[in-house]
Amino acid sequence: MSRYLRPAVRLAATASRVQVARPAAPSFFKPASVAGFQKRTYADAPAGTKDYTVRDALNEALAEELEANDKVFVMGEEVAQYNGAYKVTKGLLDRFGDRRVIDTPITEMGFTGLAVGAALSGLHPVCEFMTFNFAMQSIDHIVNSAAKTLYMSGGIQPCNITFRGPNGFAAGVAAQHSQDYSAWYGSVPGLKVVSPWSAEDAKGLLKAAIRDPNPVIVLENELMYGQVFPMSEAAQKDDFVIPFGKAKIERAGSDLTIVTMSRCVGQSLVAAEALKKKYGVEVEVLNLRSIKPLDLDAILKSIKKTNRLMTVESGFPSYGVGAEIVALAVEYGFDFLDAPPQRVTGADVPTPYAQGLEEMAFPTESLIENHAAKLLKLI
Amino acid sequence: MFSRAARLSTRVAAPVRARVAAPRVVIPSIAARRSVTTNAASAQLEKPLPESETEPFQVTLSDESFETYELDPPPYTLNVTKKELKQMYYDMVVVRQMEMAADRLYKEKKIRGFCHLSVGQEAVAVGIEHAIERADDVITSYRCHGFAYMRGGTVRSIIGELLGRRGGIAYGKGGSMHMFTKGFYGGNGIVGAQVAVGAGLAFAHKYTGRKNASIILYGDGASNQGQVFESFNMAKLWNLPALFGCENNKYGMGTSAARSSALTDYYKRGQYIPGLKVNGMDVLAVKAAVAYGKQWTNNDNGPLVLEYVTYRYGGHSMSDPGTTYRTREEIQRMRSTNDPIAGLKQHILEWGVASEEELKNLDKEARAYVNEEVAAAEAMPPPEANQQILFEDIYVKGTEPDFIRGRTPDELFYFKH
Repeated sequence: MSRYLRPAVRLAATASRVQVARPAAPSFFKPASVAGFQKRTYADAPAGTKDYTVRDALNEALAEELEANDKVFVMGEEVAQYNGAYKVTKGLLDRFGDRRVIDTPITEMGFTGLAVGAALSGLHPVCEFMTFNFAMQSIDHIVNSAAKTLYMSGGIQPCNITFRGPNGFAAGVAAQHSQDYSAWYGSVPGLKVVSPWSAEDAKGLLKAAIRDPNPVIVLENELMYGQVFPMSEAAQKDDFVIPFGKAKIERAGSDLTIVTMSRCVGQSLVAAEALKKKYGVEVEVLNLRSIKPLDLDAILKSIKKTNRLMTVESGFPSYGVGAEIVALAVEYGFDFLDAPPQRVTGADVPTPYAQGLEEMAFPTESLIENHAAKLLKLI
Repeated sequence: MFSRAARLSTRVAAPVRARVAAPRVVIPSIAARRSVTTNAASAQLEKPLPESETEPFQVTLSDESFETYELDPPPYTLNVTKKELKQMYYDMVVVRQMEMAADRLYKEKKIRGFCHLSVGQEAVAVGIEHAIERADDVITSYRCHGFAYMRGGTVRSIIGELLGRRGGIAYGKGGSMHMFTKGFYGGNGIVGAQVAVGAGLAFAHKYTGRKNASIILYGDGASNQGQVFESFNMAKLWNLPALFGCENNKYGMGTSAARSSALTDYYKRGQYIPGLKVNGMDVLAVKAAVAYGKQWTNNDNGPLVLEYVTYRYGGHSMSDPGTTYRTREEIQRMRSTNDPIAGLKQHILEWGVASEEELKNLDKEARAYVNEEVAAAEAMPPPEANQQILFEDIYVKGTEPDFIRGRTPDELFYFKH
């Protein structure tokens, strides 16, 4: 059976037999070196741009929303006295007190249900999961108690709640702590799901999530927390929000559209720059920002321009975000496509611990570059 | 070794009662195995009745009305008025009539899906509502019709919902298990999930400084869900005004309490939370217990774990005849000797609150009201089968995405923003 599984014919015709080389020195877990692109992105930004880590951006978003609305409170494991397992909530307890910043016991199903109940009662909880891997214990409340209640009450019972925390794989934490839940939550009607990449994304999307009257999932990434991005003056203000359902063109191009999200945005930008250097091609990198609703319009506009599509994500390949985007592109943009759309995803394997194996389980910059080159018939 | 017989035999060795039983007919079997009576008419009148309909008078509950755990028992006296007793009676009759109407409509194949009736358990929903105020919260499981009515839903809107009508309490979107109204948070279809959500309702009261309680109901089956214990822990830890309440109707679906629970004293299952077991067949005992519980939370004493000892006459749902896991005699015995409506009726007659004639009129009035409402519900149109209605209320109005996808690539519905 397997011998019939070949990449789509137009791709296979020129596919190189050359093995993709693994980088000699694994630079896998170093933050993707996006500094150059950030300068590109913000070169024309007005003065007043400041450097923020993603962590600081999230922290500022939480502090501003706590300040603005007494109905907002932060709840989760180690969010208060410990200052957050990843220090995202650092200083919030001191500033807002233990009424607003609440340490919970290790009781995911319980505190998620409790937070949902508080939201049904009219409060605006921000429910932190130390990682979204732990939220599998409480996914019933996210799906059945939060997402569906407005609909099944006929519109009389809204649930303004934000679930946030790190999602996807981190360095060397193995199978149970390395899963990407974008596709899981993205498949649930009634939820909105966002996945920030930069500091601006993080701040604008989290603030929008807290203000949105629906249940919103904010899928952060542990590997991004310490990464520094420039933040525009506008984004530093307390009224900065990023609308849901709008993707951002991080790099404009004309030869290939890469649709990606979260940490893979940075990796794709690096790959795009390498492709330009090596082959002179211009790759458009679309940062989804929002998983649900998905900016289908932006994706279609981009493939209309480039006629080629590749998705990059770190989730499992089966039934994933990439699968959804490719399906939509084929359903609505078939006529724009000059090559079979391609997916670069995590491998279909529980995440292994050993570094060399782990690297094989997720997209790398060189893998993205290589596969894009194949798609463009450059190799 | 964990056979049913072995378990039952230990339970039959009935606990010795601390309080001396008042002279009354002892009901054998089920009632005898429990330490709290399920006699629905065990309260007594101490003094002659006032003339006025609204002047409070005192009744004394049976000393087998409560069993407590780490808690002083509530007062065994209760102030009621003639008007209130009649209202309670009327409410219970309406709930039963409404459930019987649902039973009929289901059998006529007019109600779809699941339908869980509370016939036999009316005293719980009615007793609770008569002890609390509108600003308090109630949340329960899928057996929710009676609570939805007592919280202010009309029979028309509840039956309309069962019939899948646009005028239903959830506009035809929720069905039997998902009914919401002000101060009533469902109607929850996932067994036990409402307990954690209910703790959140209590949390919100505490957070906003409101002196209100959250009444959280779950069955003896749900009581073994892990999140029930998680909720107990947080409620005690944070001193939340939560009145957890296990409606122990003896069977979680077809599994008897003894076959599902290592400890069938559900009121003791809060361990570090005081507990109160109540005769859930006596509407007056339920009212007294919940009023006490509300006072308890108002005094900032934190949560309580109540157990309403009750009985469902029908099956778990409409598809369950309810006779494979219990005997017809057991059901018949509860119906004929412990019925909550008959119990209150007996009091009303004995105490001279109303005459047989007046009660008959109340029965007629209730039946006429339910019949009218059911007819009105049946006359209501179902929601129009269009995209506008199908896709409304997935998200709060004005915050929807640009469009929602239907079944095929061309079934797209665009929201007007």
